[in-house]
Amino acid sequence: MWKWIQAFASPQNFYLTSKKIIPWLLYPCIALCVIGIYGALFVVPPDYQQGETYRIMFIHVPSASMSMFVYFVMAVASGIGLIWQIKLANVVAKVSAPIGASFTFLALVTGAVWGKPMWGTWWVWDARLTSELILLFLYLAYMSLGNAFDNPKTASKASSVLAIVGLINLPIIKYSVEWWNTLHQGASISTIEKISKPAIDGSMIWPLLVMFLAFGLMYAALMLMRARDEMLIREQNSRWVKAVIMGEQL
Amino acid sequence: MVFVVLLICGAILAIWLLFKALGSNTNYFYSPTEVVQGKAPEGKSFRLGGLVANGSVKREGMKVNFDVTDNLNSFGIEYVGILPDLFREGQGIITTGSLSDGNFIATEVLAKHDENYMPPEVAEAIQKSSQQ
Repeated sequence: MWKWIQAFASPQNFYLTSKKIIPWLLYPCIALCVIGIYGALFVVPPDYQQGETYRIMFIHVPSASMSMFVYFVMAVASGIGLIWQIKLANVVAKVSAPIGASFTFLALVTGAVWGKPMWGTWWVWDARLTSELILLFLYLAYMSLGNAFDNPKTASKASSVLAIVGLINLPIIKYSVEWWNTLHQGASISTIEKISKPAIDGSMIWPLLVMFLAFGLMYAALMLMRARDEMLIREQNSRWVKAVIMGEQL
Repeated sequence: MVFVVLLICGAILAIWLLFKALGSNTNYFYSPTEVVQGKAPEGKSFRLGGLVANGSVKREGMKVNFDVTDNLNSFGIEYVGILPDLFREGQGIITTGSLSDGNFIATEVLAKHDENYMPPEVAEAIQKSSQQ
């Protein structure tokens, strides 16, 4: 297993293998997005209280959970990069940040658009919204710290430490709606007892699950695509990169 | 190395400040019972959260009077302005304002919704079965 990981994680092998994996992620992702959005907008019934407006949930909830999931991946990859000095881990952490920041931004914007008609306000400083905004700032801080050094190794070290320390924000986001009184409502499906009996009626939950899967695949595909580019840049002086470039030009 | 240590110290300081700030002022609103117990700031603007009491909503033009309750205590609310779509009797709301003579003069009314989503027919069926 360890040998297999090391073999896959070698820059050259990663570059070649990921090229084959990406279509298997990207095309199912596009198909699931189309199915999920069609189901969310046209198939499932309106909500008894919020009417049609609740349909923004099918974008808002998957982006919000992906914003946390991507941060988790980024922090774990940073840890692996710090401890075992695996190049691929540092690359994965670095290229995940802008994707995670985009999911966070999307969650905040769709939340604001949903909040205006339902709550009556675009934004409040309650614990859930504030901690999610801090997550966006953590992503931005991680990216600027990574770009603030001329030496890529120092940059990678400094930003990895930041990513790991910032992990503390994830449980704060998740449990903010339980620990404090917030305007944001509690979780509908994330707790253990609610997975078997979700607070979302059975007839309207399936597009949400489809969208979860689609966003997960989207992250995997985008991350691999960006990681391949980053790998080429970092390994630009090595022989295999020259071979790849010569080969592609022929 | 020195830099990494500094960074960790800075991050720990930031988290400590964050928790301190969250601990003192993170509850977004007070319930009517907490206000009766004197936990809400007096004479200052604060947020009151609870359910709109059934049968309490009275409208006169743009002016609305209603009661907010947590089923133990309740306060009369006076508000002039536009209410959110979800505002209705029995709905959870959060309102900003201050107390004067036991009446809460609101400057803002926000509606809260819960984590339950269902089609209208299912909601009706649940209501029927709970009445029986």
